[in-house]
Amino acid sequence: MDFGGRDMISIRDLTKEEIEHMLGTAEGMELSPPGDILRGKTLATLFFEPSTRTRISFEAAMQRLGGKTIGFSGAGTASVAKGESLTDTIRTVERYSDAIAIRHPRDGAARLSAEVSSKPVINAGDGANQHPTQTLLDLYTIKREKGRLDVEVALVGDLKYGRTVHSLAYALAMFGAHLTLTSPKGLEMPREVISDLQKFGPRVAKEDDLAEVASKVEVLYVTRIQKERFPDPEEYERVRGTYKITMETLRNARENLIILHPLPRVDEIAAEVDGTRYAKYFDQVYYGLPVRMAILGLLMGAV
Amino acid sequence: MVEEVKVRKIKDGTVIDHITSGEALNVLKILGIPKDYPKTPVTVAMNVLSAKVDSKDIVKVEGRELKAEEVDKIALIAPRATINIIRGFKVVEKKKVSIPETIEGVLRCANPNCVTHFEEVRSRFVVEERSPIKLRCYFCEKVMRGEEIVRQF
Repeated sequence: MDFGGRDMISIRDLTKEEIEHMLGTAEGMELSPPGDILRGKTLATLFFEPSTRTRISFEAAMQRLGGKTIGFSGAGTASVAKGESLTDTIRTVERYSDAIAIRHPRDGAARLSAEVSSKPVINAGDGANQHPTQTLLDLYTIKREKGRLDVEVALVGDLKYGRTVHSLAYALAMFGAHLTLTSPKGLEMPREVISDLQKFGPRVAKEDDLAEVASKVEVLYVTRIQKERFPDPEEYERVRGTYKITMETLRNARENLIILHPLPRVDEIAAEVDGTRYAKYFDQVYYGLPVRMAILGLLMGAV
Repeated sequence: MVEEVKVRKIKDGTVIDHITSGEALNVLKILGIPKDYPKTPVTVAMNVLSAKVDSKDIVKVEGRELKAEEVDKIALIAPRATINIIRGFKVVEKKKVSIPETIEGVLRCANPNCVTHFEEVRSRFVVEERSPIKLRCYFCEKVMRGEEIVRQF
């Protein structure tokens, strides 16, 4: 399977076989690191929005493979502040690099960048739309921890605006996972996203009681509920308490339950949970490294 | 034919036939009637009985031959419409509207945060379903359906 020269813009662009190939390559990267296969290559990281973990993860992945990174973080420092168009910025940067990782506040910015760039473009988050490398690392985490992807998963929290849950739900449905959706009123998964999953014929259920959910599923994927989504601060406070994972929530949890979170978390998962066998969200961060190494290696034609 | 009894023939212009029942007024909107053509005589027939489908709408526009780009737009809301170009009371050209695989430049993405509203780029939509119409923005991946499309015209 040849990924050399391809872009990584949306999970929707990938077939099941391609995702399996990427996850397989990631496992190879993790278990037997391939050395400096990207020596002499440069990745440009263009972060028009500040980001800590994704950018560092890309830079670390590039360095592990012997490559170098250039780029910026925050649009204030960039030529954008002078009014340069995104497409002009991309056309300039592609001259200095072998691949471009971009995070941008506008939906579709990565796709547009890929249109004008002759070098592979990796979407590191475009507005509220996609974040495919996060989705792949979420899948990889589940695969590594559970050995398979057709698992019982509950997606918990803000399922309306959380971009990671939309593409994760799509990918999990592709692999035959059973999905339980647990979200506060007003932050339910959009109808369009659910109807999009239907082509894979998944089993989708809704369940509001978090403790009940924890007793049934193998994976709890928790997302942050943002205060600014609520017009009424009191409503936010109420919801925040209800959707918090605590030891109490987990009292009847399945033996083999794992808890994931794309991070950063605020207080959706109590610190008391961190030390339990369920907590896998920091391992999830670690798994991001081999996944991004695999993506970089594949897109730059080195593996 | 039933409709010919109800709607008189036109000398020159365009007859749009087999419009999805109830969509005639939206077809007028797409054609910019009456906004852009305040003096163009137009005849509208709605819910006319038809041999092929249960009922349909018909629009007759006098003195104006439809351009390809306009035809494409009509296809979005009336996928079975036929366009008849009339000269001297005779049909000189007959074509079916067809929804292309992708639609470029005609529509604006309904997502206010779509990059197409901020960069100089031609809009592009992938047609995912034809009837009822479902489009997906090639850039931001937001879905647009009937009502959101019609509102643009």
